[in-house]
Amino acid sequence: MAAMAQSWATKAGIGKVAMFFWVLLAALPLAGFVTDSPSFDYYMFMGQSMLIYAIAVLGLNLLIGFNGQISLGHSAFFAVGAYTAAILMNFGGVPYWLTLPIAAGVCFGAGFLFGFPALKLEGHYLALATFTLAIAVPQLLKYKAIAGWTGGVGGLLLDKPDPPFGIPLSADQYLYYLCLVVAMVVFWGVFNLLRGRSGRAIMAIRDHGMAAGTMGIDTGLYKTVTFGISAGITGVAGALSAITIAYVAPDSFTLQLSISFLVGLVVGGIASLPGCVIGGAFIVVVQNSSQSISDWMKDTFSLRYDVPAWAIYGTLLLLLMFFLPNGIAGGLAVLRARLGRGSRQS
Amino acid sequence: MHKDATPLLSVRGVSVRFGGVVALDDVSFDVAQGQIAGLIGPNGAGKTTLFNCLSRLYQPSAGEILFEGASVLATPRHRIPNIGIGRTFQNVALFDRLTVLENVMVGRHSPTHSSFLANALRLPSVVAEQKAARERAMELIAFMELGAFTHWPAGGLPFPIRKRVELARGLAAEPKLLLLDEPAAGLNHEEVSTLETQIRRVRDTLGVTVLLVEHHMSLVMSVSDKVVTINFGKKIAEGTPDEVKRHPEVIRAYLGTGA
Repeated sequence: MAAMAQSWATKAGIGKVAMFFWVLLAALPLAGFVTDSPSFDYYMFMGQSMLIYAIAVLGLNLLIGFNGQISLGHSAFFAVGAYTAAILMNFGGVPYWLTLPIAAGVCFGAGFLFGFPALKLEGHYLALATFTLAIAVPQLLKYKAIAGWTGGVGGLLLDKPDPPFGIPLSADQYLYYLCLVVAMVVFWGVFNLLRGRSGRAIMAIRDHGMAAGTMGIDTGLYKTVTFGISAGITGVAGALSAITIAYVAPDSFTLQLSISFLVGLVVGGIASLPGCVIGGAFIVVVQNSSQSISDWMKDTFSLRYDVPAWAIYGTLLLLLMFFLPNGIAGGLAVLRARLGRGSRQS
Repeated sequence: MHKDATPLLSVRGVSVRFGGVVALDDVSFDVAQGQIAGLIGPNGAGKTTLFNCLSRLYQPSAGEILFEGASVLATPRHRIPNIGIGRTFQNVALFDRLTVLENVMVGRHSPTHSSFLANALRLPSVVAEQKAARERAMELIAFMELGAFTHWPAGGLPFPIRKRVELARGLAAEPKLLLLDEPAAGLNHEEVSTLETQIRRVRDTLGVTVLLVEHHMSLVMSVSDKVVTINFGKKIAEGTPDEVKRHPEVIRAYLGTGA
């Protein structure tokens, strides 16, 4: 029999498991005080990337998983967020932390405006329309007339922020915490949104748009605002990426980045918040480890040639989709339900 | 002398054309406050078309629809629940991935007002609104005897249960008029008699006026105070169930000319 649903309307607050994982994430950098591994700062940097991807995937999941609209163009909003932060820091002397809300606002506006024509499009047509964003924006950023601001093909180099108030953390430890705090705020906001009136309306539109309309939901407004919020969240992730990498260049924001978000979203779990964090980690870990697996296979099996890393990535994806059709978060939920039932029976 | 004579719903000369096809042709009738009114007619007569005009899914090419004396056609679709009209659908249009409770709570969308920002920040006003919406939804779930299914996703429920969920959702915004589109379709004999009791309770306990489109003749004839019959888009009869049953046009529409 089907289990009882995960009901957003009955969520009193953040669950114990979720709390545990956020605390665990907050504790990770403390390892830096006991280890003298030279790669520690690199691991911290990977942690930052995972959190940034988790936020970007969250933005996309709000749109695809919860509202039923598709986007292949979120790399464009990520780019707009990154460039907004970079240009403000480079030319406006704006403090890095202040660029985050500004990037959110700019990308919300861009997403909201794009949401209007998107209202007329559904399914494959919306996918195509957003696809054009993903391919147009990197080239627009290289456009000569605005190269004075964007740095053209070469992009913009920024200063990496130091920990404020003499906090005894390395730059990468500090930036990890910056990403973590931003991620917590954004996840908390989306969590609240979903368990309230707005979230129910967003999900009702996904499940039956016409019925949602007759329930008094202004479906056009809700879809455009959701598109805006989704773009705004992904824009914040873009701004964080500009701050932590201290560099923006047009070719970091290609269609492949959009596809990475989509892969993280599906692998983590559609319409799942924990799935966004898992998806963010997956993007970073698997893209890095495909090469390692390739190297390992070459050594272990004494192969003459390298195994193509992307083929390994593809195989991993296929296996995951086959064994965990509801994403990793969905698989874990099933496992948890089974364990729960087992312990009750015993 | 007597109380307000304005009918709750007044359909006046409504016509709908789809290209060259006339789906409704100059249809007029009234529904008084507190009535249970039945709208019958053979397949394709235009009953659902009329419902879709009432919930602003279709725009009539001529005519006017007044609700409490004000124009329904001047009201945007998403404001229809606010003026007091709720509905269900012929093929059941639930939000399948939401639970029964959440489905009914979506029905509370129009009487509540919290914004995106207030929701994201979970302001105290949102918490209070959510609590009230949930309590009201739970009352309606109990009213429709759906308590056992409260936390089940609507998508997996059996059809007769889904129909009741839709009814509860239609009542959530506290409508003055509830439009039921073939509520008995797909129900067995026993379920139809439960439905009949429920429709009466909706009117008698909640004071909601009901307009139902129905093919199930014995249900319509026993539950309705008044029956309107349309055929090929035209109204052919209107009156009490007994009057309509004997009306020669109605007999012809349902049984053929007999020639």
